[in-house]
Amino acid sequence: MKNITVRFCGDSGDGMQLTGNMFAQLAAEMGNEISTLPDFPAEIRAPQGTLGGVSAFQVELGHEVYTSGDKADVVVAMNAAALKVCTLGSHFNHPQAHFDDDFALYHRHAIVIVDTDSLTDKDLEKAQYHTDNPFTELGIPESVQIVPVALTTLTKEALKDSGMDNKSVLKCRNMFALGLIYWLFDEPMDKAIHLLEEKFKKKPALVAPNTKVMVDGYNYGQNLALNVQQVRLDGDKSQISNCKCQMPTGHYTSIAGNKATAWGLIAAAEKAGKRLFLGSYPITPATDILHELAARKDMNVMAIQAEDEIAGVCTAIGAAFAGDLACTSTSGPGLSLKSEAIGLAVMAELPLVVIDVQRGGPSTGLPTKTEQTDLLQALYGRNGECPAVVIAASTSANCFDYAYEACKIALENMTPVILMTDTYLANGTALWRIPKLAELPEIHPQTVPEELKGHYNPALRDERGVRYWAYPGMEGYEHRNIGLERDAEKGTISTNPENHEQMVLARKHKIEQIANSIPHLQTLKPSNLKTSDTLLVGWGSTEGHLHAAANEIGCDLAHFNYICPLPKNTHEVLSRYKRIIVCELNTGQFAAYLRAQFPDVHIEQYNEIQGQPFAVERIVNFVKNN
Amino acid sequence: MEASQFKSDQYVRFCPGCGDHAICMALQKAMAQIGVPTHQVAVISGIGCSSRMPHYLNTYGFNTIHGRGGAIATGVKTSHPELTVWQMSGDGDCLAIGGNHFIHEIRRNVDLNVCLFNNRIYGLTKGQYSPTSPKGFVSKSSPFGTVERPFVPAELVLGARGTFFARTLDVDVPTTVDCLVAAQQHKGASIVECLVNCVIFNNGAHSWIADRELRAEHSIILRHGEKMIFGKNNDKGIALEIDPQTFVPRLIVVPADDARVLVHDAHQQDPTLHRLLALMGQERNLEVAADVQDELPIALGVIRDVEAETYNDAVNNQIAEVRGKAKAKTFDELTATLEQWTM
Repeated sequence: MKNITVRFCGDSGDGMQLTGNMFAQLAAEMGNEISTLPDFPAEIRAPQGTLGGVSAFQVELGHEVYTSGDKADVVVAMNAAALKVCTLGSHFNHPQAHFDDDFALYHRHAIVIVDTDSLTDKDLEKAQYHTDNPFTELGIPESVQIVPVALTTLTKEALKDSGMDNKSVLKCRNMFALGLIYWLFDEPMDKAIHLLEEKFKKKPALVAPNTKVMVDGYNYGQNLALNVQQVRLDGDKSQISNCKCQMPTGHYTSIAGNKATAWGLIAAAEKAGKRLFLGSYPITPATDILHELAARKDMNVMAIQAEDEIAGVCTAIGAAFAGDLACTSTSGPGLSLKSEAIGLAVMAELPLVVIDVQRGGPSTGLPTKTEQTDLLQALYGRNGECPAVVIAASTSANCFDYAYEACKIALENMTPVILMTDTYLANGTALWRIPKLAELPEIHPQTVPEELKGHYNPALRDERGVRYWAYPGMEGYEHRNIGLERDAEKGTISTNPENHEQMVLARKHKIEQIANSIPHLQTLKPSNLKTSDTLLVGWGSTEGHLHAAANEIGCDLAHFNYICPLPKNTHEVLSRYKRIIVCELNTGQFAAYLRAQFPDVHIEQYNEIQGQPFAVERIVNFVKNN
Repeated sequence: MEASQFKSDQYVRFCPGCGDHAICMALQKAMAQIGVPTHQVAVISGIGCSSRMPHYLNTYGFNTIHGRGGAIATGVKTSHPELTVWQMSGDGDCLAIGGNHFIHEIRRNVDLNVCLFNNRIYGLTKGQYSPTSPKGFVSKSSPFGTVERPFVPAELVLGARGTFFARTLDVDVPTTVDCLVAAQQHKGASIVECLVNCVIFNNGAHSWIADRELRAEHSIILRHGEKMIFGKNNDKGIALEIDPQTFVPRLIVVPADDARVLVHDAHQQDPTLHRLLALMGQERNLEVAADVQDELPIALGVIRDVEAETYNDAVNNQIAEVRGKAKAKTFDELTATLEQWTM
């Protein structure tokens, strides 16, 4: 059975993110795997009805869902601008552009539900149409099934006896569209209503009108003469309910990447017996981590909104010096500002977790779009020989696992760990099997042993080369930590030339030995193939797209979550393949890193830098045609 | 406790004759007088001559990066309010590169004891002007004199709604010890401006009052509840008058027996008078070429000491309150609250 991709698009004020999230959650509850892509403008409220104000939410659902889908099978377009943007994709600003398979955001056999009330002359003018027939003007092929629905009129009709003012009524339009989509997928309305009640728990007055509109939308679908479901769903419209996924049994929920990251930190703190401290500063798209942790005082989390990015990391370093599990969350521009302080944590050898939710750069760049362009900054963007651990999450759900892992590595190895996620993972949601704390790996912070009391100094190391952690409040371990070079024996300030070299190598070795405790690199092989001499390579959030591409191409995939240090068998794995293609959403940063580590391995690269996730189709074409 | 318990085994490497030696000694004395054990004390510094101080104190210490001591100290104190946290900083570290952290630790009223060593010069980088160098100051980076208006640290502290400000002088160790002990007793961000001399790059930075002959005439030590009297013969006092034309309040010098002589109230919430007191005698610190006549004495001692809730208490109390009422307090209890289904 084919997976289905649904795209909701409308004005930023139309509630598309909420609508999409509700649909995705119900789909997940009905047993689907899901992957979502919120795609919204950086402006909170661009002028209503304009092309710049279009906000979208896409979800792929079904079985073996690796991505949020290249192109939609079903589209809800709430206004003329949204119709234009989803039809023309990145070409929406070109006056002569028409529907094109390459850049349309839906298939040529898609179902497109359009609010006909939002296609007035004024609406068309705002969305920069030149004629009064948007469908013809956009060149939408006849194979696309347009479902015109007077969403606004029907919503007003549904709420005519509610006593609500016009503005409040219009805010319910998205629920009519949602009801219609539920009908299309034959969703059970009782569950949908329960979910709606949950979503509006804090605004009980809105439950009744929104339920009414949603149910009316559903019923409108049932009375619709069109057999739209037969177009794409092969006569089986109970797509969602019938899908039974082959996943480990357990309790599941749908979770966004930023929330999963925050919860990974919470779990690690409890496991390690440490207080969780977050020093942070608001920055898109990382702020939800701060929001989530600020709300988790019940978990004893201390989340500080600092005066700037530098203070965010510095308050965390202070908390680490004082014995807490300390973290800071940011995006690329913030990581730049934190560089010097991360260097201090390297030099002072303190545990610190730095979360970089990457966005389009450089400078302010594309704040709400996704990119993998901070990798080299994370690896090298500090003065001096300044090694730190770099790991990357690769799904919205495993942001939990890698946040947990970042804390474990930091606490056990007395080092900063930079966790890379990005807009795609942070805002997207995925199905997450809820773990019990007991199942998660043990965490043993590198606390100083009792026998060093009275003769401790901050340079004392264990057999792995990791220094011991003593912090204020512990009697008999008083010491001075520094950002200056320290004497390898005494831990005090030293400018001795040989000592400096020894310390540079000690810090390097400390990071390298972490490779002994991380998993080996596993390649993913499509089930129908025994051997392949082509290997796709990726890291971070592109795992789903590369997995889907590898399946289609019939080649293997090596996807990296551990970047510094690399898994110990990396060279051995890479040398097994004749053709290696590193695919990244940048100009080739991981490819450059691998070439530097393994100069004997020939590496090709495939790159996109458009602020969007990969399109599987384009990767497949590149590999097949080059 | 004894001052010697707070001396570390490190050789003190301030230049011979540097004012930091005296402050170091005063700190050890004050810490002994305060009596918090060494393992409960954390001394955080940034970069600069004064930021070497943690190395000479046998407590927990952290000599960090330039300007960031305030933010790091905020992290230490907020996460572990049971600790006594000191911050050592200079006029460059605190007022230039670290200015943002400085005003925010004051605004939040983090319970820190901040020693702001003010020698009006960058010493460790070998003699550039600082944010407190008077306008026209000639230094290596201002060979023709600076063209900038300087900060008066007290104004910055009051502007950030500071709750404690004291000023002391390197050569006056007893007053320094008193100010440091008062800073510890005050709950909140306690800023102690330590006027220190830099023998190498700005010798005589505070000679107007450092010279023993001049000090009694040119400075006044303020003590809460006591009359503002100064002078070699204790014959002068400070009084307030309102200019009849402009209604601007100003301080004036009157005979010590004048009924108008003010009694110092450091606990007054309104900062108006504290500001006037802190600004006394600052003319020559604002401009090298200042034409100083009838100058008021420079105020030393605790100028302002008022109560306000501390940030560290507020943060920790809020967590305790929410956690006290919470149904879910562990990770497993938290995940149980999620909308979930079995697959």
